[in-house]
Amino acid sequence: MYEFTLWDIARNLLLAARWTVGLSLIAFIGGGLVGGGLVVLRLTGTRTLRRLIMLYVQLFQGTPLLLQLFLVYFGLSMFGIETTALVAASICLTLYASAYLSEIWRGSVESIDRGQWEAASSLALSFGEQLRHVILPQALRAAIAPTVGFMVQVVKATALTSVIGFVEMTRAGQIITNATFQPFFIYGSVALMYFALCFPLSLYSRRLEHKLRR
Amino acid sequence: MTPSPHNDIPAAFALVDIRGLRKRFGDNEVLKGVDLQIARKEVVCIIGKSGSGKSTLLRCLNGLEPLQEGSVSVDGQPIRPDNRQALRELRQNVGMIFQGFNLFPHLTAGQNVMLAPRLVQKTSGADAERHARKLLARVGLAERFDYYPDQLSGGQQQRVAIARSLAMNPQVLLCDEITSALDPELVGEVLQVVEGLAAEGMTLIMVTHEMAFARRVSDRVIFMHQGQVHESGPPQALFDNPQTIELRRFLSLDH
Repeated sequence: MYEFTLWDIARNLLLAARWTVGLSLIAFIGGGLVGGGLVVLRLTGTRTLRRLIMLYVQLFQGTPLLLQLFLVYFGLSMFGIETTALVAASICLTLYASAYLSEIWRGSVESIDRGQWEAASSLALSFGEQLRHVILPQALRAAIAPTVGFMVQVVKATALTSVIGFVEMTRAGQIITNATFQPFFIYGSVALMYFALCFPLSLYSRRLEHKLRR
Repeated sequence: MTPSPHNDIPAAFALVDIRGLRKRFGDNEVLKGVDLQIARKEVVCIIGKSGSGKSTLLRCLNGLEPLQEGSVSVDGQPIRPDNRQALRELRQNVGMIFQGFNLFPHLTAGQNVMLAPRLVQKTSGADAERHARKLLARVGLAERFDYYPDQLSGGQQQRVAIARSLAMNPQVLLCDEITSALDPELVGEVLQVVEGLAAEGMTLIMVTHEMAFARRVSDRVIFMHQGQVHESGPPQALFDNPQTIELRRFLSLDH
């Protein structure tokens, strides 16, 4: 039988880490763009539109990501749309992250005192200028901690994509364990790798928050 | 309502012309038909109990509150809340100062003053800064250009807010209880700045609880009661010889 060296284990886990990082980036960027758009629509849209977006947010917050992955992956092919695991996971993580991020950011915008909007509009600033120059700079600071907190959740949640065929870090650990019979060592290493991804994020958020104290 | 000669400014001379103004919040009618004409360079103080509609009236004058019935026009231009461009032009003419200062906390005093001229009037950076320094000097805060709002006292913050609204060269300044959030010892410095503006000929409409100030500085005092102009006239007449029982009661309460 083939013997797994320490290097084999490390190499395979690191290769799998690319998927964890890649999927996380897709979720941040896709979710951030869609989520940002949703916030603006929630601020400016009609009542019906706002209700629809709220329904969207509640739907994605109220169902497990695992099920969303199943539904998108198998659901799309049921409608005759050919999907790869990557497409399905990208769609799912983007929608999932956008729902949470739009909720977090809406909360931060709403935490800004109404007087700030009133002062800005009394100075004849347009809605866009009020948002861009007065509200968002202040909301940004309030949003950092919850946003990064959610990002950390997403990094860990990418493990769920293993159910539709991704060999990311958790799944890779499982496979290696099946071959080496060293569960504690392997899973311990995987856990440390997650920590190595998430901790710098939290650290950076604290530094950014400090920098934006003004 | 007591007739007063000041109430009959011909519309052509009125800078602010309010006619039949009504405003409801749900079932609660806050303004029940207000008629008021304010002339250029006039200083008008609005007094009255809380809930009498003073602040709402003020907020209708720059479109912060949409009105339901009646009309408001400033410098001959009627306010149309549905027209954003018209509203922006109106707000360049009508400055507002708030009870809670509402300075932008992420910007320095200077940046607070420069923001609107740079964005709305597209003033160049150097011009905006020169103008801002002049305005801050005018409110006695030349040295505080680079200070953030949380490094300033309440009185200083309110003076920055005054400079900020003056930066747009408004024709009218609305002051909504601008000293009510201040410690008593800081009220004087703010009122002094406002008095200076009045002396320079700025049109001022102030909601205030400072009766001594209203008596000293205003050309006309408006007493509002239950959403209407209940009594109005020159300060001496109003304070020394109130005609209605409601105003007498109001004046004897705590002032």
